Parts: sequence; C-alpha cells; structure tokens
Amino acid sequence: MNIYAYILVMAAVSYLLRVLPLTLIRRPIKNRFIRSFLYYVPYVTLAVMTFPAMVNEAASPLSGIIALIAGILLAWIGANMFTVAISCCGIVFILELILTHLS
Amino acid sequence: MAVYERGRNKREYIHGLRDGFPIGLGYLAVSFSLGITAKYAGFSVTQGFWLSLLNVASAGEYAGIAQVSAGATLLETALVILVTNARYLLMSASLSQHVAADMKAYHRFFISFGVTDELFGIGIAHPGYLCPAYMYGAFTTSIPLWAIGTPLGIIAGNLLPELLVRTLSVAIFGMFLAIIIPPARRDLAIRVCVIVSFFASYFWNMAPFLKDLSAGTKTIILTVVIAAVASVVRPVEDEEAAE
Repeated sequence: MNIYAYILVMAAVSYLLRVLPLTLIRRPIKNRFIRSFLYYVPYVTLAVMTFPAMVNEAASPLSGIIALIAGILLAWIGANMFTVAISCCGIVFILELILTHLS
Repeated sequence: MAVYERGRNKREYIHGLRDGFPIGLGYLAVSFSLGITAKYAGFSVTQGFWLSLLNVASAGEYAGIAQVSAGATLLETALVILVTNARYLLMSASLSQHVAADMKAYHRFFISFGVTDELFGIGIAHPGYLCPAYMYGAFTTSIPLWAIGTPLGIIAGNLLPELLVRTLSVAIFGMFLAIIIPPARRDLAIRVCVIVSFFASYFWNMAPFLKDLSAGTKTIILTVVIAAVASVVRPVEDEEAAE
C-alpha cells in the first residue's frame, strides 16, 4: 500500500484527537471513569511500547537493559527529555564499543 | 482577553520563540532517530518530511512506522494512532479548560495542531489564559526542527556506520521514559501501571497465539485493559485529572 495513504490516515487521526476536545469541550468533563481512563492511558501505552522493545532493538540485549535502567534512573531524578534520550544512546554506544573490543 | 493590544501579542510571540527553541533542539535529535527507523520501513526522504510535519508525534509516528513495516491495514493503523496518541485527547481536553471562553475558532484549530507533550507542557505552565501568540512563537522554533529531523535521519541513516545507527534508535525509548517516569515517581498508581505494563508486554511476547499478533494490536489491547482496570481500582481525584 502507498506510504502516503498511511501518512494521511495517521495525520487525520492525530489532528482529530487534538482538535475535537479543544473546539467542542466548553466545560469540565464530569464522568469519573472517563477522566481516570484518559489519565492512565498515556503512561500505559508508552510503557507497553518501551519494554521489552527497547532491549530487543538495542544493538545487544545487555546494552539495551543497561540503557533502560539508566534512562529510568535519570528520568527519576528529573533529567529532561533531551538528556535522557542522548544518555541512553551514549550508554549503548560505549557498551557496544567495549563489547566488540572484548569479543 | 478577546482584544489583544498589538505590543502584547508581539511580546508573547517572542517569549514563545525563546521557550520553544530548547524543545526544538530535543525534537531535532529524536526526530532524526525516528528517520533512521523510518528508512528501514521504506520511507523516502520526502515521505519522512510529510510524516513528521503532519503528525508532530513521537510515539504515534514510531507506532505508525511499525504499522507500515508490518504491512498493517489502514484501519488498524488508525486504531493504533488513536491509542498511542490518546494522550493528546486528554491534553487537548485539559487545554480547553485553560483558554478564554471567547477564543476565536481559528485559533483553536491552529493551536490544536501543536498539542504535543512538551508544547502542551509549556502552554499550561504559562501563566494566565493560554495566549495564541505565545503558542505560535513556540511552534515557530520547534515544529520545523521536528519536521526536518526525520528526512535528515533518513538521509544520514545511509551514511552513518551501522553501530551508530542502531545506537540512535534507542533515543525514542529514552524520550518515552522521560515522559512516563516523572509522573510515575509522583503517583503510586501510575508507578504500578508502568510496572504492570512492562511485565504484561514482556509476557505477551512469549505467550502462544498472542505473540503472533501485531505490535499495534498488542498495544491497543494492553492499554485498554490495564488503563480500564486502573480506572476502576483507583479512579482519579478532581485535581489530578486537571493536570
């Protein structure tokens, strides 16, 4: 299938999600289940996408798991998005250089 | 709030330019790594540009690229984007509580386009009612960098050594961690959700039958089930949902 078809579908869904609440909601959402569900969804989705994919897709499982732990610790102590992302890359890169050298 | 004096708009716009720039630098790095992933899924440089310009979504684009790689249907792709970008629905709903009631419709349409984790974050943190000029300033110094990062990644992915490329593909996960971990530290319920999600996702990949389903389907099912259970077990208080 044409990649542009995917891009257009993705863009349409992304934009609808962003534009509908801001244009339609003029008062606070009352339903407690919906509010709770919306509150938890982002964290669950990203967590599901992060593990074990991060470990499987790193250059090797060992560097992946160490980068995962380091990323969690850095984010825990309040490092910003850029720092966490670049540090994870740096850790994988250095570990892979060492591992390649040893083998 | 309906009538802005000209000087104020200009001031707000410049303030936005300044706050958006560091976000833009982070975007450039992550978008670049996304381009490397997109290259393997068969995206051309032009397609990478349109993908990032039109979506402006890290997790959503990453999930979408995976759908393209897997040859998924458009319907399934739409569902996956719905789930991975569902947080924007929440952020947009939250923003709706922060804008002046009489804000023009076209401002609402344009601001919506740039509802991302970071731009939403600075918009909400900016004191008072959300000012469109401030948001447009922040968009100006961040979204173009996001849009060019992906095509640059697709170009450079061919030139960089393989180790460096595989290293950079970890960046997107680092970004995800930076989004989920600080709230998990603050809120025990989110912490439990994240840990449960990690384990559920891990065991899903080993379970017979389940492991053969696509990554997108897995994300949808696990998200709906875990978030629904969490909502029943521990519904949020009023002030949390407003965050």
